[in-house]
Amino acid sequence: MSGAFRTASGGRIDRTQPILFGFDGRAMTGFRGDTLASALLANGVHLVGRSFKYHRPRGIVAAGSEEPNALVTVDRGGGRLTPNLRATQLELRRDLKATSQNRFPSLDFDIGAVNNLFSPLFSAGFYYKTFMWPASFWKHVYEPLIRSAAGLGRAPTEPDPDRYLHRYAHCDVLVIGAGPAGLAAALAAAETGARVILCDEQSEPGGSLLAETEARIEGRPAAEWAAGVARALAGQDRVTVLPRTTAFGWFPDNLIGLAERVTDHQDRPDPRLPRERLWQVRAREVVIAAGAIERPLVFPGNDRPGVMLADAGRIYANRYGVRVGDRAVIATAGDSGYRAALALLGAGATIAAIADLREDPAGAAVEAARQAGIAIRPGTAIAGSRGGHRVTEASLRRIGGSDRVERLDCDVLLMSGGFTPAVHMFSQSRGRLRFDAALQAFLPGKSAARERSAGACNGRFDLEGCLDEGFTAGAAAAKAAGCGSPRTRRFARAGAVPAPGGFLGAVPGTGKGKAFVDFQNDVTAKDLQLATREGFRSIEHVKRYTTTGMATDQGKTSNMNALAIVAGALDRPIPEVGLTTFRMPYTPVTFGTIAGASRGMLFDPLRHTPIHDWASEHGAVFEDVGNWKRARYFPRSGEDMHQAVARECTAVRMAAGMFDASTLGKIEVVGPDAATFLERMYTNAWARLAPGRLRYGLMLNEAGFIMDDGVIARLAPDRFHVTTTTGGAPGVLNHMEDYLQTEFTDLKVWLTSITEQYAVIAVQGPRAREIIAPLVEGIDLSPAAMPHMSVQTGQICGVATRLFRVSFTGELGFEINVPADHGRAVWEAVLQAGAAYGIVPYGTEAMHVLRAEKGYIIVGQETDGTVTPADAGLDWAIGKAKKDFVGKRSLSRPDIVAPGRKQLVGLLTHSPQEVLEEGAQLVADPHAEIPMRMIGHVTSSYHSAALGRSIALALVADGRSLLGQTLYVPMPDRMIAVTLVAPVFYDQEGRRLDG
Amino acid sequence: MADPAAARVHPLAVLGAGSMPGAGATLRALPPACRISLRADPQVAAAIAAAIGLPLPEAMCRANVLGARAALRLGPDEWLLIGPEAAGESLARVAMAVPGPASVVDVSHRSTALEIAGPRAVAVLGAFCALDLDAAAFPVGMCTRTLLGKAEIVLWRSAAECFRIEVWRSFAPYVWNCLEEGRLEFFI
Repeated sequence: MSGAFRTASGGRIDRTQPILFGFDGRAMTGFRGDTLASALLANGVHLVGRSFKYHRPRGIVAAGSEEPNALVTVDRGGGRLTPNLRATQLELRRDLKATSQNRFPSLDFDIGAVNNLFSPLFSAGFYYKTFMWPASFWKHVYEPLIRSAAGLGRAPTEPDPDRYLHRYAHCDVLVIGAGPAGLAAALAAAETGARVILCDEQSEPGGSLLAETEARIEGRPAAEWAAGVARALAGQDRVTVLPRTTAFGWFPDNLIGLAERVTDHQDRPDPRLPRERLWQVRAREVVIAAGAIERPLVFPGNDRPGVMLADAGRIYANRYGVRVGDRAVIATAGDSGYRAALALLGAGATIAAIADLREDPAGAAVEAARQAGIAIRPGTAIAGSRGGHRVTEASLRRIGGSDRVERLDCDVLLMSGGFTPAVHMFSQSRGRLRFDAALQAFLPGKSAARERSAGACNGRFDLEGCLDEGFTAGAAAAKAAGCGSPRTRRFARAGAVPAPGGFLGAVPGTGKGKAFVDFQNDVTAKDLQLATREGFRSIEHVKRYTTTGMATDQGKTSNMNALAIVAGALDRPIPEVGLTTFRMPYTPVTFGTIAGASRGMLFDPLRHTPIHDWASEHGAVFEDVGNWKRARYFPRSGEDMHQAVARECTAVRMAAGMFDASTLGKIEVVGPDAATFLERMYTNAWARLAPGRLRYGLMLNEAGFIMDDGVIARLAPDRFHVTTTTGGAPGVLNHMEDYLQTEFTDLKVWLTSITEQYAVIAVQGPRAREIIAPLVEGIDLSPAAMPHMSVQTGQICGVATRLFRVSFTGELGFEINVPADHGRAVWEAVLQAGAAYGIVPYGTEAMHVLRAEKGYIIVGQETDGTVTPADAGLDWAIGKAKKDFVGKRSLSRPDIVAPGRKQLVGLLTHSPQEVLEEGAQLVADPHAEIPMRMIGHVTSSYHSAALGRSIALALVADGRSLLGQTLYVPMPDRMIAVTLVAPVFYDQEGRRLDG
Repeated sequence: MADPAAARVHPLAVLGAGSMPGAGATLRALPPACRISLRADPQVAAAIAAAIGLPLPEAMCRANVLGARAALRLGPDEWLLIGPEAAGESLARVAMAVPGPASVVDVSHRSTALEIAGPRAVAVLGAFCALDLDAAAFPVGMCTRTLLGKAEIVLWRSAAECFRIEVWRSFAPYVWNCLEEGRLEFFI
C-alpha cells in the first residue's frame, strides 16, 4: 500500500504507520521512518525537479545531505514556506506537502527546458560573455533578465510564524557525526566523565550502520548496536546526543555552530517548541567523524532521473525497504557497486550487469556478486544513457577496446566513482589538507584547531578501522581536554571488509552528450575543459568562471571530479591544481535559525522610563532615541503635531511645563580625586566649583571635537553628579573608564552609572517655583538660597530628591531627581500641583524648539564629530587657565585655528513662516553656476511659537563675520533667502532664568 | 491621591504578575532591595565590611551571604551590596561613615532582580547567555557581570538550581521576556 517499489520486509521504517503525503499535488503513501525521497522512490517517482540552467529533468541522486537534485519546497501553511529542502533529508510526516522547483508550468512539461536546446549558448562563463555590451543594457535588460533567472526556489513572502531559539553550550569533547567512528569516539570520551556532545545530521544516530545488514558489532547487528550505544550515551548526565543536528560552521577557538531541526519531522509540533535551534558550542576538543560522500561518474547522460549513486541505491533498499528500480545497470569503480547490486537483488530487482572500470575486480563483494549470478563486465566504462523522464537504457563500452557499445535496458542506473572523505569541517577549522595518492583523496593533514578526524572522513573505510580509530580519537580528545583516559576497548566485529577503489574525472572513452560534473549548477566536463582552454589555470578561477561547486551543495559530489578534469586538461597532478576552500555552512542554514529569538519585542531591548506608562496612558506620541522610547509630544484631541508643540512651548514660556528627562545619562563620580578627574575629562574648571553648585560641562575627544555635554552638580567635595546626553551615556562612561584605567591610574576616583537610579522631572517656566514649593521639604527654594545652577538635597512628596535648579529652556527651571520607583507618583503629584497654574507636560519636540530659541546646542544635531568648541560658540566653556584636558592640544592644531571653519549662527528666513529643512545647504550667490559652492548647512529648524515665526540654527563658514548678511538655501524648486543672526533668538539677556 | 512616597512602581510589576510557574524553571520578580555599589581598594573595603558587619568575598566573582544581606565581588575594586530595603539606609550610612578613599553609591532603584530556578534553569539561561553554567565552571556562590541576549546583567548562582539576575530596570522587561521565551519549551 505504500508503493509498488516497497520490499515485503526489512528496513528501519515502521510499516504499522502508513503516512499520506503529497508531492506536486499527487497524494501518495509512505511509512514512518521514510524520507520524502525514499517514499517517492517507493512510489516509483524518480523525476523530482528541473535543473537550474538547462531545466533538464532530474531525479534523486543520493540518500543524504549531499543530494544535488532533489530540492523541494515545503509549505506547512500560514507562512511556513521553506524552499530548497533536500528530499533526502526531509522526514516524512503526516500531510507533508512538497512541490518541485524550477519548473513552469509543471514538472512534466517545463517551458524553461527550451534552454536545453540552446545549450551551446550557455557555455562556461556565459554570463560574462553575453551580458557585456552595450553598457546601457545592463540596468534595464541584463540585470532584470539575470535576476529573474537566478535563484533556486522562491523565497517566502509572508512572515515566518515559527519560533527559533539559540542555545550556548560548552563541552570537553564535541563529536561531529554519529556513525561507527563517532559513536566509538563518544563512548571513549564519555567513559572518562568528559562533557560530551554528539551530533549527527540524520534522524537517528548510526550513520552508515543504519543501512548495514550484514556486519555485526560486539555480537549484535550493527544498526542495533548503534541504537543501543546511542541510547546508553543519551542516558548519561554529561552526554548530550543531538540527532537532526548539522555541524555547519567552525568559528575561532573551537566555537562550532550546530543547526538542530527540532520539529519539522513531527506531525503536529507543539507550538512551544522552537522549529529550529542554533547551538553555539564551545568545545575544548572536537572529534570529526563526518564520514564520506560517494562520487558520481562523469559520463554523458549521467543526470537522467533513475541515474543514482550506488550506495544510495543500497541505502534505499536496506534502510528504507525500497527497490529503486526493477532492472538495474551498475557502473562502478570499486566495491560499492557490488554491495549495491547485492542489496538490489535482495530487494527483488534484476541486475542487468555491473560495469567495473577496474580490469581485475576481486574481493569478497565481487565474489559474492559472482556467486549470485550477476553479470560482471570488468574493464568496462559506462558510455552513456538514454531516456526522457527516466533512464531506459545504459550503454557500456570496453575500455581500450573497439567502439562497439553494449546497450542494456534498465530503469535505474547506479554509479560509483568511489568515496570522497568529508573534510569540510576540518578544512573550515583551517587545518591543512594533504593529498593521499593511494586513496586519490584529500585527507586531513596538519591541524590548526584542537580537533582530530576519525573514520571515513580520515580515509578509513573499513568498519573495524572506523571503530578503532573513533575510539582512539575520542580517548585522545578527552585526555587533551584534561579528562583522563578510558579503558582500552576493541570492537569485535564480523562482516566483509570493502576494498577501496575509485575513479576521479570524466569516464574514459565516452561519447557525445552532456556529462555533468556539478548537477545543481549544471556544469559539464566540457565547461571545465573550455575554461582551461580559455586560460584559467587556478581551480579557484575555474570554479568562479564555470560556477562548479558554487551551488547550495557546495560541490559535495562534484568537487573532486571537477578537480581531476581540470588537472587532466592542464596535465598537472591534482595536488598542484589545489582544492577550493570549504566554507560554512556545510548545508544551508535557515535565516530563522540564525536570527533565533531576536525578532519582535526580543529583537532589541526597548527601554522605557518610569514615567513611560503615564505618558502612554495620556496619549503621548513617542520617538526612538537610541533604545529609549521618549514622549515626543502630547496631542490633545484634534491637535496635529505642530499645534501640540506650539501649545506646549507657549505653556512653558507663559506658565510652566513638565518634561520627562529620565533618559539623560547620569554618572556619579566619587573619590578624593573626583574634581581632578573631571578637570581632565571636561574643558571646564571644576576645582573651585563649590559643593551645591552646577556647571555646564563640555567634553571633547582627543581630536578636539565636541563629544558630549551636560550639567554637572557638585554634591560634596568628593562627589559629583554628572549628566550626559541620552544617546551619549554609555559612550561617555566608557570614555571616562578608558582614561581612568589606562591614563589616570593614579587618581582615586570611581564612576558609577546612576542613569536608571533616578527618574528626572524637569519643571520649567515662570511658575515652576510656585508649583513645586508646596511639595518640597527641607530645601529653601528662594532665589537667594537656590540660585540658577545650584543643587540641593531634600525631599519632595516625601521622597528623597536631588533637586537641580537648571534650565534647558531659558525659563526658570528645576530638575527633580527621585529614585526611579517613585518617578511616576512624583510626576503625577507635580502635575496636580501645577494644574492651577496651567502646567502642561511637554515632549522632546517642544524641548528642541525651546532650547533652539535660546541657541543651546544639542550634541549630535549641531555637532557632527567635526565641531570644536569655538565652532559652536562655546569658547567660554573652556577653562583658560587649565594646564590640560582631553582634546586641549588638538584645539591649537593649524586646521582648527585656521579661518574658514564653520561656525554656529542663527538664520531668519526672509519669509517668516518658511521653515527650512534641516540639512539644507547654504550658498552665498544664488546665481552661481551649479555645482554651487556650499558654505554651510542648517542644523536645526523649527517654527517658534514665542516668536511667531521660523527660526533655524546653522553652521556657516566664518558665519560669525557674516551676521546681518543674506545667504540662500537652494531648494529643488526655488531659492530661500535667509539673514544670518546671532544664534540666540529669545531673551538674549537671560532675564527669564530667574522667573 | 496616593502618597507618592508609598506609591511605587516596580519595573516588573505587570510582567511579574503574569508568569506561569513551570516544572522546568520558575521565573519570578524579586521584591525591591537596597543596593549599594561599593568601590574601594580592598583594604579600605575590608574596613567598611568590618564596620557594617558584612564580610566581603575575597575571591573574584563570588558572593558572601549573611542572613538577608549579600556582598558580590564584581571586580578588583568593586562590590555590590544587596540587602532588604529596611536595612538599606543604615547600610549606606555606615558605609558612608567609613574613612578612606571609597565610593559608595545608592543604586537601589537602578536595578531590579529576578530569579530563575528549577532543573532547567541552566538550559533556559543557555538560550541567551554564552557563559558555561556547568556546576563545575559556575558553582554556587559565583556571580559575574555578563550579557543576557543584548542586555547586561549580573548573574549570581545562589543555589544549585537557582540564579538571581540583577538587571538595570529599563532592560528588565526585555530580560524577562527572553527568559519566558526560553522557558516555553519546558512546559511540555
